[in-house]
Amino acid sequence: MLSWTFTGNRPIYAQIVEQIQLKILSGEYQPGQKVASIRDLAAEAGVNPNTMQKAMGELEAADLVFTQRTSGRFITEDTEKIAKIRRHYAEQSVLDFIKQMQGLGYGTDEMITLVSAIIKEENK
Amino acid sequence: MSFILECRGLTKHYAGRPALNGIDLQLERGRIIGLLGPNGSGKTTLIKLANGLLTPTSGEILIAGSKPGIETKKTVAYLPEQTYLSDWMRVRDMLAYFADFYENFRVDKAQDMLRRLNIGEGDRLKTMSKGTKEKVQLILVMSREADLYLLDEPIGGVDPAARDYILETIISNYSENATVLISTHLITDVEKVLDEVIFINQGSIALQSTVDEIRENRGTSVDALFREVFRC
Repeated sequence: MLSWTFTGNRPIYAQIVEQIQLKILSGEYQPGQKVASIRDLAAEAGVNPNTMQKAMGELEAADLVFTQRTSGRFITEDTEKIAKIRRHYAEQSVLDFIKQMQGLGYGTDEMITLVSAIIKEENK
Repeated sequence: MSFILECRGLTKHYAGRPALNGIDLQLERGRIIGLLGPNGSGKTTLIKLANGLLTPTSGEILIAGSKPGIETKKTVAYLPEQTYLSDWMRVRDMLAYFADFYENFRVDKAQDMLRRLNIGEGDRLKTMSKGTKEKVQLILVMSREADLYLLDEPIGGVDPAARDYILETIISNYSENATVLISTHLITDVEKVLDEVIFINQGSIALQSTVDEIRENRGTSVDALFREVFRC
C-alpha cells in the first residue's frame, strides 16, 4: 500500500488528489471499488476531514469518483478515463525527464539513443 | 448562527503588563484551528479567558454568543497544559469524575479508546508514563460531545508516535459542527490536520488564514511562514 506523504509548499488537498489518482493507476484502488468514508480516509492519511472532503470533491468533479446516494463513494468504472489519466502522468514524467536531460546538455537524438541503450541493457 | 468563539477588543493585563492587546477574532464551527505562537505570546491566556478561568481587563470574549460561565462550560471541553487530575486517581476514578461533572461525557467511548491502548481501569495515574498520561487526558476530553474543544499544548512533551495517536484521536472524535482549537509551537506535526491557523505574537494576532491559502498564495508551508514571521 502506498503511504501518504505530503510536502510543505503545496495545498494538502491537491496532494491527496494526486495520490488517490496514483492509487487508482497503480491498481491499489480498483475500478468500481468502494472508497472508505471521509473520516476513515482522513484518519489514515493523518489529515483534517475537511481537507479530505475537498480532495474528494475535486475527484468527483473530475468524474474519477462517484457517489451513490445511499451506499457511499466508489472509484470510477470508466477505464478509458483511467487510461487517459495514466497517459497524462506518463507525459508529465517524460517532460520532466526531458527538462532534466536538457539541463545536462543532452540533445534530442542523444537522449533517444541513451534511452534505447539503457532499455536494451535492462531487458537483457 | 453565531461564531463558536468571538473576541472583541479582548485585552488582558497581568499586574499592568499586557498579555493580550485588544484582540479581535472570530472562529467558525466545524474547523480544526491551530493557535500558533512562541512561548509567552498569549496562547494560554486566550484559552483561559475562553474557559472563564481568567476575566478580561477590557473587551469581551464570547462562546456561541455567551460570556464564559456555567452554561458555556457545558459545551466547551478543555485540555489544560497542566493536569488538574490527582496522582492517586485510577482510570476508573477519572471516568467517574468526568461522568459526574459532564452530562455530555460518553463513558463508553472513553472506555473503548482506553481498551484499545491496553490501559486498564485499575491503572493509577501516578504509575503512567508521561505519554500515557497525556493520552488518557486527551481521551477524557475528546470523549465529551462538546461544541468547542480547547486543547492547550496537547502534543508537547510526547514522542512522535504518541503525537500521531493524539492527532488521530482528535480527527476521529470531533463532530462536524464542533471546532477544535489546538495551541502549540510544534507546527510541522499539526500542520496537516489544521484547516486554519492563527499566529499570535506578543499579545496580538499576527495572522489568521486557512492553511490552503498560505500554501496556495505564498507557496510555503505554515511552518516555514511561522519561522519567517517570528524570526528572532
